[in-house]
Order: sequence, then C-alpha cells, then structure tokens
Amino acid sequence: MKRALPGFGLSLGFTLVYLSLLVLLPLSGLVFKSSALDLGQFWDIATGERALASYRVSFGASLLAAAINAFFGLIVAWVLVRYPFPGRRFVDSLVDLPFALPTAVAGITLATLYADTGWIGRQLEPLGLKVAFTPLGIVVALTFIGLPFVVRTLQPVIEDIEPEVEEAAATLGATRWQTFRRVLLPGIFPALLTGFTLAFSRAIGEYGSVIFIAGNMPLISEITPLLIISKLEQYDVIGATALACVMLFISFALLLAVNGLQWWAANRHHGKERTSL
Amino acid sequence: MSASIRKLLAGLLLIGALPAFAQTSLLNVSYDVARDFYKDYNPLFQKYWREKTGESIEIKQSHAGSSKQVRAVADGLEADVVTMNQASDVDFLAGKGLVAADYASRFPNNASPYTSTMVFIVRKGNPKGLRDWPDLVKPGVQVILPHPKNTGNGRYSYLAAWGYALGQPGGSDGAAQEFVARLLKNAPLFASGGRDATTTFMQRKIGDVLVSFESEAELIAREFGQGEFDVVYPSLSILAEFPVAVVEKVVDKKGTRKQALAYLDYLWSKDGQENAAQNYLRPRDAEVLKKYADQFPPIKTFSVDEVFGGWSQAFPAHFKDGGTFDQIYQSK
Repeated sequence: MKRALPGFGLSLGFTLVYLSLLVLLPLSGLVFKSSALDLGQFWDIATGERALASYRVSFGASLLAAAINAFFGLIVAWVLVRYPFPGRRFVDSLVDLPFALPTAVAGITLATLYADTGWIGRQLEPLGLKVAFTPLGIVVALTFIGLPFVVRTLQPVIEDIEPEVEEAAATLGATRWQTFRRVLLPGIFPALLTGFTLAFSRAIGEYGSVIFIAGNMPLISEITPLLIISKLEQYDVIGATALACVMLFISFALLLAVNGLQWWAANRHHGKERTSL
Repeated sequence: MSASIRKLLAGLLLIGALPAFAQTSLLNVSYDVARDFYKDYNPLFQKYWREKTGESIEIKQSHAGSSKQVRAVADGLEADVVTMNQASDVDFLAGKGLVAADYASRFPNNASPYTSTMVFIVRKGNPKGLRDWPDLVKPGVQVILPHPKNTGNGRYSYLAAWGYALGQPGGSDGAAQEFVARLLKNAPLFASGGRDATTTFMQRKIGDVLVSFESEAELIAREFGQGEFDVVYPSLSILAEFPVAVVEKVVDKKGTRKQALAYLDYLWSKDGQENAAQNYLRPRDAEVLKKYADQFPPIKTFSVDEVFGGWSQAFPAHFKDGGTFDQIYQSK
C-alpha cells in the first residue's frame, strides 16, 4: 500500500522522540525528584489531612464540572450543528472564549459576578446559595474553562450523523426518546466521553482561575494545586513533587479507566460494522 | 508615508539594538508591587550615575511574587540585585551562596531602605467602630486578608496580630495562637494575593476590614477615591522591612559590582528616600520622614527580629507545614 507520509519506522520514531521530549522526560523528572523522599515521608505528605481534603475538592469539583459540561455541552453542540439561526457563527465563536481568555481574568470576573454583591451572586443570595468563595465557586470556574472541550469534540461527530438516520428511525416507529437513546447516542457517546475526559483533565490541573473564586480555606476549599504552590512557597520542592506525583497517578488511573470505557463502548456498538468493513 | 514609517521603525530598531552591546545593564529582580517604586527610581539613578561617571546604564526590571522570583534567581536568572519584601526570600539566596551571608549588614538599616506597616482599612465612617486588633476578633466582624501561609502580605498580617497578642499583659505563645485563630475564624476567605484582597474588599464590598500594607491604602485611594474608606492605625503593628542585596556571583561574572552597589546605595540618598515617601513607603531618613509627616502618622511597631528572632525562626515556626498556621486548621 502506498502511504502519503514517510514509512512506519520513521514516523513512529518521530512520534516516540517527540512524546518523550515533551511528556515523558518532564514527568519522569518529576517522579525522579520525588524519589529523594523515602516511602514513609512520601506517604505522610500524600495522605496528610489537608492533602486528602484537597484531593476531594479537586477531583470532586472537576468530575462535577465535567459532568455538567457533558450534559449542557451536548445540547450546545447539537443546536450549533443542527439548527440554523441568525448569529449562529457568533455564538459558535463564543464557545472558544474560555480557551483564549487568560484564566486569571476568568477567575477574577467570575468571583466578582458570583460574590454576594455581584450581578449573579445578588440573585442567588436570597435563596441561601453562596457560590463565590465556596467549593461551589470552584465548580463554576471549572465548568467555565471546560465547556469548549466538550462542544468542540462533539461538533464534528454530530455533523457526521445524517438527518436521514433520524427520519428512518421515525418511520420505523421509534419514539423521540428511542431515536435519541438507540440511534443517536451510540454514535455520539465515544466523542462525548472524550470531551468529558478532556474537560475533566483540564479541570484537575487548573489553578489560575480557581484561586480567585475558591476562597482557599484549609480543609474546605483548598485545591491540590494550591497546596503544591504552598509547598513551593516554603521552598519545599520535593514535597511539592510528592503531591504532584499523587495527582499524576490518580489522573492517569482515571484517564485509563475512561479510555477503557470508551473502547468498550465503541466495540459494543460498532463491533459488527468494524469486522464487516 | 509608509517609507517614513519604515525609516522610523529602522531608527527605533537601531536605538533598541545599540545599547544591547554598548551599555552596561543591571537586572533588578523584585517583588510584585514594587513596580511603581522602581519605575520612578530607575531614571533618578540613571541621571545620577551619568552625572557622576559619564556612564549611561540600562536597568531592567523583573517583577513577580517574591518567592517565585528568588527561585528563578537560584535557578540561574542573572539578577545583579534583588530587592525583596521579606528577609526569608533573601535568606534563601544566602543559603545558596548567591548572596553574602551577612547581606543585612552590608547596607544601613538592616539593608532595608524603606519600611511599611500593617494597618486596617475600614468602610467609610468606620461603621463597626474597629479601632484595634481585639475589635477584629469579635464575633460578626469579617476580616479580609491574603493567604497567611502563601503570601508575604498575609504573613505580615498574621505576625502583626500574633505580636500584638504576645505584647499584651499575660501574653504567651498559647494566648497569641488562640488570638490569631479567632482572627482567622473571622476571615470568610483567603485572597490569593494582596491585590486580590483589595479587589475583594473594595470592589466586591466583602468584609468589614482589610488588613494590608500602609502603602496599599494609598494605592486604593488613587484607584477608588479617598471618600470610600478610612484607614485605622492599630495601637501596635509590625515593621515590614524590604531587604536589598547584591547577587555576588552574578556581579562578579558580569563585572557590574561597582554599578550594582551604587544602585542600591543610592536608595538611601535624599532622592531615593523622597521617592520612597512619594510611593507611600516610610523613608529611613529622619528629615525626609519629617517632611512627609502628615502622610505617615506615628505608630508603635515591632520588628520580626525583635519579637520572632528573625524570619529564619518565624518562617518555620508559623508558616512551614506543621507550623502554627497548620495547627490552627487541624481538625480536633
């Protein structure tokens, strides 16, 4: 078979060198640095009370934010692809803003909006809902920065679904729910998972925007990246790398699990078609 | 039109390129909010140095959070001088052998050309009647301050309250820790930095009192107007010192020791001290201080050295992991 790109050997070589330089080398440096600690010290840092509380905040808020984005991002993507309406291009480009905006700007703006005296915070306060400077504020910031990941992943996939498929389902007597559940969702689901994963991973590492809206109270609204910064403020680089390693490990395990889920979903729904191709 | 623009651009490029190899340059690595101070100071020094030696000198500035800056210098950022807001940051460089171990005695006044102190900024008319530290620990008072463990500004606030409690009749470390714990309980949030705390207090109107540097109060006045707040001077506060030092290794390598020393020395000159006063930092020079007396009401202060035995003791005792700040937040 004739390939457009140079042979497998060369391109694989490039791939491995590139990934090693960009990803593996810095990460192994991180692990190497933290190996200056013995296991007991590492364990003490990794399972300190504040550290455990911060994992709960960081991973909990990130999961929640990614889930919110998966739901609403799907609706946004669907509307942007399927329905022509005036100003669609404008709305479409709005989706990218969280990518482009410096995260500190986003954090400061959100904190001002959601503070008790802000436009949105003022409406929520009588309902007893405090957003800024609580863990809820963290979820808001992470939802903001995660949105484009879901929408941009889903858009091309939804574009590929031909409207005729829906029509066919309808003529065969499927209800709207059945059409969505059995015809549309299986095609979208792997992309939805990818978007969810991207939004989730982005949220775990996020520091710039969260720090302005979180309130940063120990045991309540401290994210793990803040504890890492706190260690660096004490010139405790090794302690910081220990926390970073824990984050890395949990993130990697979660990403692996999601990838596995994706693979399972893809095979379950497309297995027969794949083999017939 | 376009040709003249091109000529102009070429000229600008030339101007930009020439000093790069014809001129001595100094890099001053500094903390975040010293930007305004050095923006005004550098031209003063350049003029002075040109008149004295005929040499024109280029001064580059780098500003960011102070411990970040110090780490960058330790990692190889070629700073001729460092001008910081906390001795612990310069101590770190001294520990790495980049700065003389006795840097604090190489210049007058503990190598700190100007000082500041922590004051209270309250809502106009002081509706809650907050006059001194004990008023801040009363139930129902909301106190805004930057993160006491992670920011220089917050650490000064923390130590100011601690030192106050320690100085009261019957004061002990235990009593001081309890006092500070009550103060922190009144904080609805910890801002990520000094400016963030100011924004939270002034713009988002959260809290009854903001604890911050005296110099910050003036910046607030410029930004938000004098009529928006009052400044309250507590009966006792902390003396914030801003140490400067020559980075020995770098000036030896670049051959800029003479210029770097002169640059820092000149901070103590009349012009340098006036510049400090104009930026609302308390000058060391008694005459200059007198001239700006209505800007700097007298306040009783204690230094970190006097009460805590220096930053090298205060930092591990209070702000390292397991220090008093962490103890306050350990669940019982």
